[in-house]
Amino acid sequence: MLLNQFLVLAAILFCIGVYGVLVRKNAMLVLMSVELILNAVNINLVAFGALNDDVGGSVFALFTIAVAAAEVGIGLAIVLLMYRNRRSIDLSEADMLKG
Amino acid sequence: MTLSVLAAEAVSGGSSVVHDANWFLENAWLIPLLPAVSFLLILFFGKRMPKQGAEIGIAAVGLSLILAVLTGFAWLDHRDNFEVPGTEEHALVVEADGSAGSDELTLTAAAEEESDEHAETDEHADEGHEASHPYVAVQNSTQWLQSGGIEFNAGILVDGLSVMMLFMVSLVSLLVHIYSTDYVGGDRRYTHFFAFLSLFTASMLFFVVSDNILQMIVGWELVGVCSFVLIGHWWEEKPNSDAALKAFLTNRVGDIGLLVGMITLFFAAGGGLTFDTITINSEIVAGNVSHTALVVAAASLMAAVMSKSGQFILHTWLPDAMAGPTPVSALIHAATMVVAGIFMVARLYPVFFEGMQIGGSSINLLATVGAITLVFGGLLAFVQDDIKKVLAYSTVSQLGYMAMALGVGAWTAAVFHLFTHAFFKANLFLGSGSVAHAVHSFDMKKDMGGMRKFMPKTYVTFIIGSLALAGIFPLAGFWSKDEILVGTGGWGLFGGTGGNGAYTFHLTMGMIGAGLTAAYMTRAIYLTFHGEYRGGHHDEAHGEDADHDDAHAHGDPHESGPRILVPLYILSGFAILAGLLNLPSGFQLVPDSWQERFGHFIEPAGASYFPVIGHGGPSWSLAIVSSAIAVGGGLFAFYYYFVRVDRMSKQLGESLTGLPDGLTSRNSLARVGHKVLVEKYYLDHLYTGVIAGFTKGPLARAAYWVNQNVIDRAVDTAGTTSVRAGRVIYDRIDQGAIDGLIDGTGKASDASGQGLRHINSGKVQNYAAILFAGAALLAGAFIIILAL
Amino acid sequence: MTDFLNDWGLTAITFVPLAGALVMMLIPRDNEGAHKQISLGASLLALALGVVLLFDFDYGSAGSLQFVTDEKWIEVINSRYILGLDGMSLPLMALTVLVMPLVFIYSWNHIPEPGNGKAFLILMLILETGMIGTFVAQDLILFFVFFEVVLLPMFFMIAVWGGPNRRYASLKFFLFTLFGSALMLLGFLALFFLSKDPATGELLRTFDMRALTDVAGAGIVRSSQLLIFGGMFLGFGIKVPLFPFHTWLPDAHTEAPTQGSVILAAILLKLGTYGFIRIAIPMLPEAAEAWAPWIGLLAVIGIIYGALGCLAQTDMKRLIAFSSVAHMGFVMLGIATLTDFGINAAIFGMVAHGLITGMLFFVAGSVKERYHTLDIGRLGGMLIQAPRLGWILGFITMASLGLPGLAGFWGEFPAILAAYQPANGIPVETFRTYMVIAAVGTVLAAGYLLWLLQRTAMGEPSEEFADDPNITDVSRIEWIAWTPMLALILVFGVAPGLIFEITDPAVVESLNNCLQLPAGCEGVAEATQAAFGG
Repeated sequence: MLLNQFLVLAAILFCIGVYGVLVRKNAMLVLMSVELILNAVNINLVAFGALNDDVGGSVFALFTIAVAAAEVGIGLAIVLLMYRNRRSIDLSEADMLKG
Repeated sequence: MTLSVLAAEAVSGGSSVVHDANWFLENAWLIPLLPAVSFLLILFFGKRMPKQGAEIGIAAVGLSLILAVLTGFAWLDHRDNFEVPGTEEHALVVEADGSAGSDELTLTAAAEEESDEHAETDEHADEGHEASHPYVAVQNSTQWLQSGGIEFNAGILVDGLSVMMLFMVSLVSLLVHIYSTDYVGGDRRYTHFFAFLSLFTASMLFFVVSDNILQMIVGWELVGVCSFVLIGHWWEEKPNSDAALKAFLTNRVGDIGLLVGMITLFFAAGGGLTFDTITINSEIVAGNVSHTALVVAAASLMAAVMSKSGQFILHTWLPDAMAGPTPVSALIHAATMVVAGIFMVARLYPVFFEGMQIGGSSINLLATVGAITLVFGGLLAFVQDDIKKVLAYSTVSQLGYMAMALGVGAWTAAVFHLFTHAFFKANLFLGSGSVAHAVHSFDMKKDMGGMRKFMPKTYVTFIIGSLALAGIFPLAGFWSKDEILVGTGGWGLFGGTGGNGAYTFHLTMGMIGAGLTAAYMTRAIYLTFHGEYRGGHHDEAHGEDADHDDAHAHGDPHESGPRILVPLYILSGFAILAGLLNLPSGFQLVPDSWQERFGHFIEPAGASYFPVIGHGGPSWSLAIVSSAIAVGGGLFAFYYYFVRVDRMSKQLGESLTGLPDGLTSRNSLARVGHKVLVEKYYLDHLYTGVIAGFTKGPLARAAYWVNQNVIDRAVDTAGTTSVRAGRVIYDRIDQGAIDGLIDGTGKASDASGQGLRHINSGKVQNYAAILFAGAALLAGAFIIILAL
Repeated sequence: MTDFLNDWGLTAITFVPLAGALVMMLIPRDNEGAHKQISLGASLLALALGVVLLFDFDYGSAGSLQFVTDEKWIEVINSRYILGLDGMSLPLMALTVLVMPLVFIYSWNHIPEPGNGKAFLILMLILETGMIGTFVAQDLILFFVFFEVVLLPMFFMIAVWGGPNRRYASLKFFLFTLFGSALMLLGFLALFFLSKDPATGELLRTFDMRALTDVAGAGIVRSSQLLIFGGMFLGFGIKVPLFPFHTWLPDAHTEAPTQGSVILAAILLKLGTYGFIRIAIPMLPEAAEAWAPWIGLLAVIGIIYGALGCLAQTDMKRLIAFSSVAHMGFVMLGIATLTDFGINAAIFGMVAHGLITGMLFFVAGSVKERYHTLDIGRLGGMLIQAPRLGWILGFITMASLGLPGLAGFWGEFPAILAAYQPANGIPVETFRTYMVIAAVGTVLAAGYLLWLLQRTAMGEPSEEFADDPNITDVSRIEWIAWTPMLALILVFGVAPGLIFEITDPAVVESLNNCLQLPAGCEGVAEATQAAFGG
């Protein structure tokens, strides 16, 4: 009975996150948007775990949080280096791998 | 060379030929052989001999003459006494003979091989005068080669005609040889001259004893070549070599007719496919040959006669041939070579007699051409300043007489005239040479005159020759010319019967010719021997005596030496006496046995190979009238020159060349006529300028232009087109299409790569977008598939 | 000895020159003396073999092939190595082995610019092999091989040692002739595929010339026969050369060195006419009969046209080249009559022309060497400066214009005679017209030849050369090289039977098959007076 609300919430969070990943130029914001996406998925996972009375959902969410943490650590490191080398973290300027 | 058995030819009615007779008659091939050998000897050894080779030549011709005389006696005996053995069939006897004369490689070797004897029978009764013995010729031949089933023989045919020619040719040749030792002495090519005189004599003798028409062609061409060489003897000067070329080429034109005619006869005569003269003639007389063939053959051979024997219109080479040394002119262009055509007609008489239907008609090609020639030639003789040219045109005119005589059926008359003409014409030529030898020129008007004071003996012989030529009784020319006129059969008024037809036109022309002859000879005599001597004012040598270095200075001319005079005497003697050989058969002043000797021995009357011809009876009235015309012509010229011109020159004190023009200055018609004559009827312009010039110039150039620009252009265009086509194919198809295809695959790959690389923008967010889009698509696809 | 000759004689004579060439290849270029000796030796050896063959030849049966060699060669296409000699090939082969040593002798001190005697002489030896091979080959493929072999050496001779325009001339010669040969090969192949055995009706599938001559085109459809003959006509006709395929000849002759011109004129041209009488006519008599009037027409046009072309020339060699066109016209006229008499005349004409025109080119070469020009306008007075040379020129001129007593007459006169009565089935009136035109051609021949003689030999020497010490008379080498030919011209002129006896049986034999046709092409000897009905 509360499932729909949780799913809608997760969907909204996911879309905001996708929007942020695709459109925002600031690398920090992109990273934050990626967090949002991951958390949206987490909410989905826990909701469904609660619905099915299965602890697997929560466990998977824990995994996701741990992975997200690691990924943020590396991502922040990349952004830091990007700033040190270019004095800017604008993603639209970072197209040196252009084919 | 292989010998073979002579096949017997059984012609209907038997043939008037035997192969077994007097030794001289069977071996007459020796007569041409001797001069031929002498030619080679002189060529190789002449320069080392004391007399430069002349002695070899004279010896050879002298021997030939002796043989010819003996052969002649043998013939006289044969003609009257030969008994044709029985009526048995032909016996074939093979006789081996190893004497293949392969060392004498020239003309005579093939002809002069002895072969097997063969006896045939004939009981053909003689027709006409003497009835006892038939006329039988002697033939001796061997196989020369065989091709395609056709046999080519070489051999000799001895009958009255050949015997007469043998004698005449060798005699005149011998006299010319002797004459030349003086006349051409010191010449740059003395030995060479005598060598070719020998070769010519050999060729001419070979020609007259030929027993088949192929051999006649060979002899004909050989005398033509000798003539070419001898006319162009002084070839350093272009006019001489031009004259030689002209002679040869004009004769070659006539030779077209010779070849066509002879070939026609070869095929047409009785299915035998033979060149043998006797067989061909016999077949024609027997009526086995189609008339069309005879007409074609006669017409074609006419062309040959016209060129070789100087008939109008192919006569133009003869006067130019005077560029050769005078002995050559005397021998070749008066007595012998030019009569080769006449001889051929006489020898192949049935062809002409039947082909042109001489008997019983009043006009035919041969007679008419002869008649025209004799008048036109005579007219031309009037306007010549060069004495040799006068004589040359006179020869043309006299040859016209002979041709006309043959054309009207007066065979014996023609041959007799040939005989007598040889003597007096050679006499005249040698006489003119004698004069020219003294004054170093042949121009009568400029360099002669009054020569009878300086050269009385030459003068006398010249007069004798001229009288004979004009036909004054009782010299030789009278008898022969009169017989021709009688033979035309156009005279029927006072006694005398016609010959073979009623050739009135020709009779008229003949009489006019007689008058002309006397007139132009009188003119020539006046210009040369009478009046004042005009010569002596030429310092540089000119004319053909250019290189003649003789010892005497250019003072007054003097009489020539014995080597020149003796031949003149001998020839004059013949000119006087030869007429007695053929006194007409009504001539009551002499016993019967003296009459018609020549005709009896020479004319093959009644032989199977000679047609039946009519003979004109003699006519005193005709003789008187023609003599009167001749004398009249002479008197007219005498008056004009000796009296009027002489008087004029004495009055004006001028030499002849300075006299005002006579008739031609007062009468425009005469002037035009004179111009036409001087220009030789513009024939030379036509031949040399128009025809030869056209052929040699524009026509040849046009042909060559066609060759280079049309035919070769086609070839070259084929080549360039191929090259161009190759280039097109290479560029467009090979490089463009096929190679393009290969390249295209490469390009396509490249292009697609170029296009696709834009996906790699380098921007992370783009990659992410694509990632999400792809994922959404996949999810959607997944749901849809699950739902289905 | 006879056995050896019978089996290997012809092979020996064909390949001896090639062997000589191989030996020469091993010797360095500088040793020119050795090269000359070996090449002369090889050709003299071939001549000696030729003489032996001449003696060993059975003249009684000159109609049949002798010294026949028949070995396996190319099995897959049924082409065998067959050689043979009969009366038709004997005179031509003899001509070849005689003329070649003379050319080698002439080359003793006459190697043309730019030198390299080794290559020049080797090429001539290869030529000799090719020429002899063509005349003795009795298998169509073998014939074709030898026929083509002669092209390359001649091409190189002209291209390297030739005159100023040699590139064009050599290429033209090569390609033109090759074009014809291609069509000829097609003809050969067609014969291979289409010939049927008349008895059994089976396809023969052979290149053996003897078998094909026996069959004589039986069983081949008439239209095919005409086309096959046409192909061969082109191939051989270009080589003859027949008008209008002759345009390669003047250029080739003018630009070729003397030796090349002599070989070309004396022998190479005969390959074409030989092809006609050996292959085209005996194997396809019906087609020959149909083509004969056209061949005759082109022949007489060639006679007149060649003569006219001569009159327009200013270069002596080019004039002689055009005269070759005219003379071969007479030969082709004789062939076109399809009678044994005419073909005999043609073969004689070939030999005569070979000797005479070969000599003419020799003389021209000598003139070029002395005067360094062949411009007739600049020449003159040779009889004064080099009298013997002038005499020889005069003699050859007389021979060339067909004077009786010299060889040329027997090439021309019998051809004209034969034209009067061609074989049955060929229009008589046409050929009689040709006969008259050919007779006119003799006048033109006399014209241009005597004109040449007058302008080069007679008259005074021109100022340009009057004091030139180079103008010497005939040298010893030249005498040695020329005397045999001069002598033969005279000998054959006086005793033509020497050749006619040899060729006649063979020619009659080759025309035999015509008799089997309804229209026939019988010899003159059996001809009747059809046209003149008595």
